[in-house]
Amino acid sequence: MKIHKYDTVIVGAGGAGMRAAIEATKRSRTAVLTKLYPTRSHTGAAQGGMAAALANVEEDNWEWHTFDTVKGGDYLVDQDAAEILAKEAIDAVLDLEKMGLPFNRTPNGTIDQRRFGGHSRNHGEAPVRRSCYAADRTGHMILQTLYQNCVKEGVEFFNEFYVLDQLITEVDGVKKSAGVVAYELATGEIHVFQAKSVIYASGGTGKFFKVTSNAHTLTGDGQAACYRRGLPLEDMEFFQFHPTGIWRMGILLTEGARGEGGILRNKDGERFMEKYAPVMKDLASRDVVSRSIYTEIREGRGCGPEGDHVYLDLTHLPPEQLDAKLPDITEFARTYLGIEPYTDPIPIQPTAHYAMGGIPTNVEGEVLLDNTTVVPGLYAAGEVACVSVHGANRLGTNSLLDINVFGKRSGIAAAEYAAKADYVDLPEDPASLVQEQVERLRNSTGNERVAEIRRELQETMDANVMVFRTEQTIKTAVEKIGELRARYKNVSIQDKGRRFNTDLLEAVELGNLLDLAEVMAVSALARKESRGGHYREDYPNRDDVNFMRHTMAYRELGDDGTETIRLDYKPVVQTRYQPMERKY
Amino acid sequence: MATPVLDKVEAESAASPYITVTFRVRRFNPEVSEHAVWEDFPIEIDPKERVLDGLHKIKWDLDGSLTFRRSCAHGICGSDAMRINGKNRLACKTLIKDINPEKPITVEPIKGLTVLKDLVVDMEPFFQAYRDVMPFLVTKGNEPTRERLQSAEDRERFDDTTKCILCAACTSSCPVFWNDGQYFGPAAIVNAHRFIFDSRDEAGEQRLEILNDKDGVWRCRTTFNCTDACPRGIEVTKAIQEVKRALITRRF
Repeated sequence: MKIHKYDTVIVGAGGAGMRAAIEATKRSRTAVLTKLYPTRSHTGAAQGGMAAALANVEEDNWEWHTFDTVKGGDYLVDQDAAEILAKEAIDAVLDLEKMGLPFNRTPNGTIDQRRFGGHSRNHGEAPVRRSCYAADRTGHMILQTLYQNCVKEGVEFFNEFYVLDQLITEVDGVKKSAGVVAYELATGEIHVFQAKSVIYASGGTGKFFKVTSNAHTLTGDGQAACYRRGLPLEDMEFFQFHPTGIWRMGILLTEGARGEGGILRNKDGERFMEKYAPVMKDLASRDVVSRSIYTEIREGRGCGPEGDHVYLDLTHLPPEQLDAKLPDITEFARTYLGIEPYTDPIPIQPTAHYAMGGIPTNVEGEVLLDNTTVVPGLYAAGEVACVSVHGANRLGTNSLLDINVFGKRSGIAAAEYAAKADYVDLPEDPASLVQEQVERLRNSTGNERVAEIRRELQETMDANVMVFRTEQTIKTAVEKIGELRARYKNVSIQDKGRRFNTDLLEAVELGNLLDLAEVMAVSALARKESRGGHYREDYPNRDDVNFMRHTMAYRELGDDGTETIRLDYKPVVQTRYQPMERKY
Repeated sequence: MATPVLDKVEAESAASPYITVTFRVRRFNPEVSEHAVWEDFPIEIDPKERVLDGLHKIKWDLDGSLTFRRSCAHGICGSDAMRINGKNRLACKTLIKDINPEKPITVEPIKGLTVLKDLVVDMEPFFQAYRDVMPFLVTKGNEPTRERLQSAEDRERFDDTTKCILCAACTSSCPVFWNDGQYFGPAAIVNAHRFIFDSRDEAGEQRLEILNDKDGVWRCRTTFNCTDACPRGIEVTKAIQEVKRALITRRF
């Protein structure tokens, strides 16, 4: 075991982690621990753009953007945070441009902007051009630009280091972050990083679904590390299903395709979104479009022999426009489906895309221990966190924005905290939990296999807690997850070595997915209403009287070692906007 | 719109899709043996699936010790460059049907970088070459309050080289790099090109001097392996030629 000491430790090197690292490195001695090489993060998969009311191509302002974000989140958004997001969006985009990001340009040389789902002028009047973009590879450009600037600033990376535990020490009755424990993939060695401040920026948890746009590596490691140490997870029942994933594969096809004029059609060739969202049509918010697609499929208007998908039609758009604005997604259609988007429509279905919930934080990125108390020295930003700027449903282009605004804020806040704080003593035998976990997996002779349990988990999640949910389906999922968690105790791995043991880490990741899937299902069961991405067929309406509140889920450990989930609730911050019925 | 009847994809999916394919994988684990060996794995797979899906079938169902890097699984993260049937490709962007599944499919690590285990190589020399070309925008003077202006034409000038995902398929396909790991390699030059030809950047001369080194662009023998290998379709050799020309003319 090795012990390292840094002022600031950042967990994860995607957009939020690297944005934080650029700020933290300028102000404090910083280490970035990342399980992937920095440019491998899934930020690079984001396509369509980053919202900011620059008003470069038409009238726009941050207040309209705030409203759209609050409405898009079905009023579960904390409005003070949404206002910060929309206001600071403008500088966030300009910061990236100054760092070198090659945005597409207007004829007069400014950053070009395009339409995106749920973004409107003047509180829902009509779609507005707010998304700043670089073709359909905006996330790729953000990731590359941030890494380039990390190289420029000399950010110190520990690549292929898996953070498996969060260390917390109680000082005078106050729980404080003491550091993290990491597993080095190359050697199997365990490292303890003592740090004055820790920022989680480790991304989402989409791999508990089968059809997902998420990378294999998105296994909720940061959420699980905090949750196991008694910290709450907020709004985990809210997961976004992106309307346009490649049929059966789930690979993302950007909403920018509809922003450029693409149309969704059912088997009769009908533009069905006109029925569900007369004003915004194909550019309604994602939860609305995903439900509309499944409604078409359920009512027998799906395409193909099994009627299990619909079409994204780009054939009426000029090939030059597709080449210039949507080169990557048209290539995906060619590569993975053998389809030519110039002439043929693309089969799509909703795909599990984004966790609105996560580690609760305030607007400075400080992690919450309960509804009001912060954990000194602990921060989170990006998809791993829940500020909450996305509420019950995130608007497209607001996640690339979120990672930049709150990545920067948490990087500054964590480094400033580190400058005035002392190191907190490490707990006794700090690596014990990780050592025990790793040795148990390495030495297990059980007869359960990681891949089989993961497969069953993904199947039950897709079948029971996806776009449509009922008490019955959620209960089925809870029961199944319980069974899988029991079987997980007998999981064994074949690779017993120390060098690059990805077999071992897949087993660890599965444990994280199982914990978080259970939290999601239990939180969803208790929310007896429909709001944003959480749709209950048995409670199809939003219920502001009983459920205008955030879910806070805690792991409780009984004296006999049994684990239970305790649910509590946190008020929503409302400032300017009173909840209204949501129409698009 | 084209008539939405049975399209190609759906027509093909009607019959049972699975075929038996042999994956012939180069295995190396210094914890077990200092020698690398070929190992055959027969698997059932839909030919429309990816080579990465085949590797996962092996790892998840047959041999958990098979080791490779992967993440996004659709060609944008750059983790899974490997030599497939003797050619550098991304495993997640190569469909079984496109590489003759009648014969064993050979899978081995990319060349020119030290193999650490199975398909995992040491990427550090590759990233060091990248960092050495100053891969970041350099500007002088005061920061503008708004964005720097750039015409659509100036933006287009370096578009091709912004697509790089640092997968190393190009660099590890280059015979010069195989023979001498000191050569910067195509990927580093591509990333220098991305800034040299960016109208906003003011360090083009410095980057050209770095690449004027004996291990710089002049080592390129224009074999076009890099261009063939690039999973992003970047015209790598052309970019290298443009950097050479800029060195001669000092115009960029």
